[in-house]
Amino acid sequence: MTKKIMIVGVGGQGTLLASRILGNTVIGQGYDVKVSEVHGMSQRGGSVVTYVKYGEKVYSPIIDKGEADIILAFEMLEAYRALPYLKKGGKIIINNQQIDPMPVITGAAQYPENIDKKISGNADAIIVDALSLARQAGNTKAVNVVLIGVMAKNSEIEYEKWIETIKTTVPEKFLEVNLKAFDLGYNS
Amino acid sequence: MKKLLLGNAAVARGAFEAGVNVVASYPGTPSTEITEEIVKFNEVYAEWSPNEKVAAEVAIGASIAGGRAMSCMKHVGLNVMADPVFTVSYTGVNGGLVFCVADDPGMHSSQNEQDSRHYAKASKIMMLEPSDSSECKEFTKAAFELSEAFDTPVFVRLSTRVSHSQSLVELNDRVEIPLKEYEKNPAKYVMMPANAVKRHVDVEKRIADLTNFAETSEFNTVENNGSKIGVISAGIAYMYAKEALGDSVDYLKLGMVYPLPEKKIVDFAKNYDVVYVIEELDPIIESHCKALGITNIKGKDEFTLLGEYTPAMIKKAVLDENAPESIALGEAIPMRPPVMCAGCPHRGTFYVLKKLGLVVSGDIGCYTLGAVAPLQSVDTTICMGASVSAAHGMAKARGAEFNKKLVSVIGDSTFMHSGITGLVDIVYNKGNNTVIILDNSITGMTGHQQNPTTGYTIRGEETKQVNLIALCKSIGIDNVVVCDPFDIKAFEKVVKEEVNREEPSVIIAQRPCALLKTVKYTGHCKINDNCRNCKMCMKLGCPAITIKNDKVVIDNTQCNGCGLCLNVCPFGAIEKEEA
Repeated sequence: MTKKIMIVGVGGQGTLLASRILGNTVIGQGYDVKVSEVHGMSQRGGSVVTYVKYGEKVYSPIIDKGEADIILAFEMLEAYRALPYLKKGGKIIINNQQIDPMPVITGAAQYPENIDKKISGNADAIIVDALSLARQAGNTKAVNVVLIGVMAKNSEIEYEKWIETIKTTVPEKFLEVNLKAFDLGYNS
Repeated sequence: MKKLLLGNAAVARGAFEAGVNVVASYPGTPSTEITEEIVKFNEVYAEWSPNEKVAAEVAIGASIAGGRAMSCMKHVGLNVMADPVFTVSYTGVNGGLVFCVADDPGMHSSQNEQDSRHYAKASKIMMLEPSDSSECKEFTKAAFELSEAFDTPVFVRLSTRVSHSQSLVELNDRVEIPLKEYEKNPAKYVMMPANAVKRHVDVEKRIADLTNFAETSEFNTVENNGSKIGVISAGIAYMYAKEALGDSVDYLKLGMVYPLPEKKIVDFAKNYDVVYVIEELDPIIESHCKALGITNIKGKDEFTLLGEYTPAMIKKAVLDENAPESIALGEAIPMRPPVMCAGCPHRGTFYVLKKLGLVVSGDIGCYTLGAVAPLQSVDTTICMGASVSAAHGMAKARGAEFNKKLVSVIGDSTFMHSGITGLVDIVYNKGNNTVIILDNSITGMTGHQQNPTTGYTIRGEETKQVNLIALCKSIGIDNVVVCDPFDIKAFEKVVKEEVNREEPSVIIAQRPCALLKTVKYTGHCKINDNCRNCKMCMKLGCPAITIKNDKVVIDNTQCNGCGLCLNVCPFGAIEKEEA
């Protein structure tokens, strides 16, 4: 059975690194893997969606509505937007950070209220304050690795395998902060 | 050894293993990473050329000289290089020559959704289409062999989901191919009428040979599952079909999309009650099937001409199965379009252009985002370079008064790509336009590639830097002004002066991209007690400045401390807070 994971967020939040850590961890488990990334214009502060799929044989790199086993959301509005992609019984991990999109900033639209509660009421949701944990780890940019930590805790893959990938994926000078961030997420 | 590789990285790997000698490209999403990955191999000469036409010609020259060569571009880049492409189809090659073109169905990062397969047919050049990273590597490798075997350039066609998906690839070693002999051969390489007439005969023979090759080639495979339904597909659409339909149908997968086989398709189609042709964008394969007289075909009557496909869409069309239930809460969710980054130098430029109410002839790059709210100053975006030449046309059509309200905006890389010729046109034909070159010291949108104005090569080696001031002056622009767009007052004054001048002028808006490692903004901006909530700063459209409980606040996680907002606040209510 193919496992389908969706990572959603705002361009610039580091979703790409998160999907690469995830992808490289699961190939270590002997699976076929596909990771679909977003490059180009959307990276400039737009909604970004990456898909990670693994299993015996993976064909399509994308995930359709109602299919995702796990959604890892870096921002609440993006979690809300991605919710229809969650399969029945799937899990959504949400960083409770709010980043206003331009239509909200200009007053053309309203940022929906209580997104976390609305999602929790309708799906198996884990709400994390990843920004505070990243700050605690020493760099607010480590939100992505905090969230990978939360996901790792909820996966069947051992702790050590994740650490191994982080060590080979993250540049040396950010390694300490990222390992700390991973642990804070893992133990949250 | 198997490695998780981006489709683009796998193309680069394939070219490397095939012994490619020269790669020349211009960046363009979704093709950029191919050439960036090539740079990792020291055995290969690689360059960013000023535009796709130049890049293609560099590759063509390398091939004629006996090397294996490749040029990579996005779909619209193929328009720019179309001129040499159509003729190199006639000359053929010496060393293997591959053009790798990446289409963008769904327009994730493009201005149109054109289908590059039309070019293969129009230029009579063979085209391969991989459907995952492993095929990206294998097909690219094979493309070099086929190029030399059939004396033809070869297209490898990608699409966004193939280029930007990672999947497993088996790595092999590079095979060093000795350069082919270089011999003077004007009958083959000098395409004047008498020679070209003869070469056209060779082109037609080659297409006939390649069609025969397509009949038996391993690129085109039949997968028999004993079904009554047949599917003909190619590229990423094949993967979607396979995911959606599994073993419930039979497949003819076409890895070679031009020229298409004839007998193979007819023989396949006659076995089924119905044959679905599943291809994103235009009905190229479908039209071919219909031309072969096949009638049990379903294609664009079931599937859209627009955007990307999904497995769910295919499942519904072929098996009439609905997508699984999904959670829908029914609340309207605000869109999150891309925006200029916090600290973006273009923000100062567009703030001033909007304030002055100018008509802005725009171009392709991050600054296309100057079209969206709240800055909303860009009036037109057509293609690379059109900002300059189209503004000249606007001024000629509407006259001097209109021209005083008109500017062009074009990035440094885009100006080098195809803005210069438009500027020459303005000088030559007595135009009076004001052109603003947004010099942010890098090619921004595609993710920081060097260009002739940055002073560095693709490998980061220092090189001569094109001097924009001297360049503009040398073609006859007497008024060239350099100004920092973050100095709002000075910039506004310069723009006012130049649009009112009775001569053409160039303003170089100079400030580096905020994402460059050399740019070190520190601290954060903060609202102090002087704030009267006038919301002047909101007009900047900075993602860090927002409203909470009807008060302006600056989000520390988004602000990079660039300080532009300090320059627009009339009350000194924004201050810098050092980290």
